[in-house]
Amino acid sequence: MANGEAVISVRGLTKTFKGKVAVNDFSLTVNRGDIHGFLGPNGSGKTTTIRMLCGLLTPDKGEGECLGYDVRTQQSLIKRRVGYMTQKFSLWEDLTVSENLEFVARMYGLPQRRRAVERIIEWIGLGDRRASLAGSLSGGWKQRLALAAALIHEPALLLLDEPTAGVDPKARREFWNHIHQLSRQGVTTLVSTHYMDEAERCNKLASLEDVFIHLMARRREP
Amino acid sequence: MNTKERTLSLSRFIAVVVKEFMQMRRDRLTFGILIGIPVAQLIIFGYAINFDPKGLPLAVVRGEESVFTRNVITGLKTSGYFRVLDPPVSAARARVMLATGEAQFALAFPPGFAASVLRGERPQALLEADATDPVATANAIAAATLISADALDRDLPPGLFSDLRRREGAFRLTVHRAFNPEGVTRYNVVPGLLGVVLTLTMVLVTGVAITRERERGTMESLLATPARPVEVIFGKIVPYVIVGYIQVSLILTAAWLLFGVPMVGNIVTLLLVTLIFITANLSVGVTFSTIARNQLQSVQMTFFFFLPSIMLSGFMFPFRGMPGWAQWIGSILPLTHYLRVVRGILLKGLGFMEVTQFLWPMVLFMAVALTVAVIRYRETLD
Repeated sequence: MANGEAVISVRGLTKTFKGKVAVNDFSLTVNRGDIHGFLGPNGSGKTTTIRMLCGLLTPDKGEGECLGYDVRTQQSLIKRRVGYMTQKFSLWEDLTVSENLEFVARMYGLPQRRRAVERIIEWIGLGDRRASLAGSLSGGWKQRLALAAALIHEPALLLLDEPTAGVDPKARREFWNHIHQLSRQGVTTLVSTHYMDEAERCNKLASLEDVFIHLMARRREP
Repeated sequence: MNTKERTLSLSRFIAVVVKEFMQMRRDRLTFGILIGIPVAQLIIFGYAINFDPKGLPLAVVRGEESVFTRNVITGLKTSGYFRVLDPPVSAARARVMLATGEAQFALAFPPGFAASVLRGERPQALLEADATDPVATANAIAAATLISADALDRDLPPGLFSDLRRREGAFRLTVHRAFNPEGVTRYNVVPGLLGVVLTLTMVLVTGVAITRERERGTMESLLATPARPVEVIFGKIVPYVIVGYIQVSLILTAAWLLFGVPMVGNIVTLLLVTLIFITANLSVGVTFSTIARNQLQSVQMTFFFFLPSIMLSGFMFPFRGMPGWAQWIGSILPLTHYLRVVRGILLKGLGFMEVTQFLWPMVLFMAVALTVAVIRYRETLD
C-alpha cells in the first residue's frame, strides 16, 4: 500500500442492540500511517465502532473495507491482520507476561514464536516483568502488556480502545511515544479517547457525538 | 463517644429484601432451577423410584416341557416379579443374555424333570440370577423360593400323589447368584462410582470453561484472534480428558486394593470405552458453558444434569424398577450406558464386541452436545 491509501474505508455503519442504536450511519476513511483519534463521551459508540472494524461485531447496516477486507463478510481475515487493544484489560490474569504473549503468538500461528515474544518484550520494556502474573501488574504495566499482545503479530492496523484510561501521565507519555514510533514505521492507528489532550496527539480526529464530526488536528512530532 | 450506630433499621432490612427479590427475578435460570429441582425430585422419588422392581426379564432354557415346568413358570409369572421371555433359549444363549443384561434371570429344568417329580425325587431346577446389583434381585429371588414350595401342589391332587406333596415342595429351586455370588453391594457400587464421579467432575470443570472467559472479559481477547469455534471447544476438552483418566486410575486402584472388587474383564477395553464417556460428559459441560451467562448458572445446570444422572441411571436405584418414561429418560443419559459397560466388563467379563451396543447411545449424546456447543459458540460478540 502506498502512503495516502485508505486502510479503513467504511460508509454508513449502523449497529443496534435490542432496539437501542449504538452507532448510527458512521462513515470513516483512514489512510496508511495515520494516527486517527476518536473523541467522544462515554456511550457515544466508540467501542462498538472499533469492534465493527476489527471483526468482533457485524454491522446491521452499512458497508466498507478494513485493510481491503469486507467488514461484514471477511471478519476472520481482518482478525489476522488487525491488532486490537480492548478498553478493559482482557488478557489472562493467571498467566505470566510471557505466557500471555506466547499464547497470543500461537493463536496467530507465528513462526519463531519465542523470538517474536522476546522482540516485543524488549521493544515495549517488559523485560523485568516477563515472569510476573498479569493479574499482579499495575495499570501502566498491564497497558504495556496489552499493547504488546496487540502488536505481536505485526499488524498493519492498530485499533486501541481508550488505551490510556486509568494510567498515570508518565506511562501515558511513554505509550504515545510507542504509537508515534509505530506510525513512522507505517502502522496505521485508530485510538478512541475522551481526553482532549490525548486527542491533540493524534494527527487526525474523528469525534462521535450525536452527529459524527471529523475534526482535524495538527500532527505533533514527539 | 460512641460513634457506632447501634439501632437496627427496618427500612434498611426491607431494602436488602427488595433488592434480593429484584436480582432473583433478573436471574431467570436460577429461579427456574430453584422451582425445577423440587418438582423434579418429587416426580423422580414419587413416581420413578421403586426399591421393589417387578417384571424382571426371565429367560427359560429350552428343555423338557411338561405340565410341571409350565406351572412353575406360570407361578413365577403370577408373582409379578418376572416377565418371561419367549421363546425358550439354549443354555449358552441364556448365559449371554444374563451377561449383556437382556435377561435378569435364567431358569433351567433338568432332563426328566416331570418323571423325577413323580418318582418323589425332588429334582432341582436352577434359577440363575444376574446378581451384580443384589438389591434389584433380592425380592424376586425371595418370591421365587416361596413359589417353588407349592407351585406343583395343584398338579399333585390329594390321594394318589399326596405323599409327593411335601412341605418343602415337590422340587428344589436352586438359586445361583451369578457374577456376585456373595451378593456384595459394593461390588456394584464401586464400579458405578467411576461413572458418577466422572459425570460430576467432568461436566463441572468444562461447564465453567467458556463462561469464565466471558465473565472475566478474556473472551474478547480470544475472539479478537483468528480462533475457530472447534479449536477453542476441543482445546478446552482435551486437558480434562487427562484429568478424567487420573480419576479413573485412582478409583480402579482403590476398587482393586481396598474393596476387592472382582476384575474379570479386560481393563484396556474399559479404559478405551471410558474415553467415549469422558468426552461425552466434557461435551455436555462445554455446551452448558456456551449457554450459561455466568459461572453460577453453569454450576446450577451441572447439578440439574447430575441429579437425574445418579437417580435414573441405575446407580442408586434399580433401573428395571422404574416406569417406562423414567427408563426412557435414563436411556438418554450417558451414565446409564456407561454403568452397564463398567459393571459388564469388571464383574461379568464382557468383551469389546459385547459392549458396543452400549456405546452408540453415548456417542450419539456426545455428537448432539458438541453440535449444540459449536453452534452456540460465536466467533463475534454479536
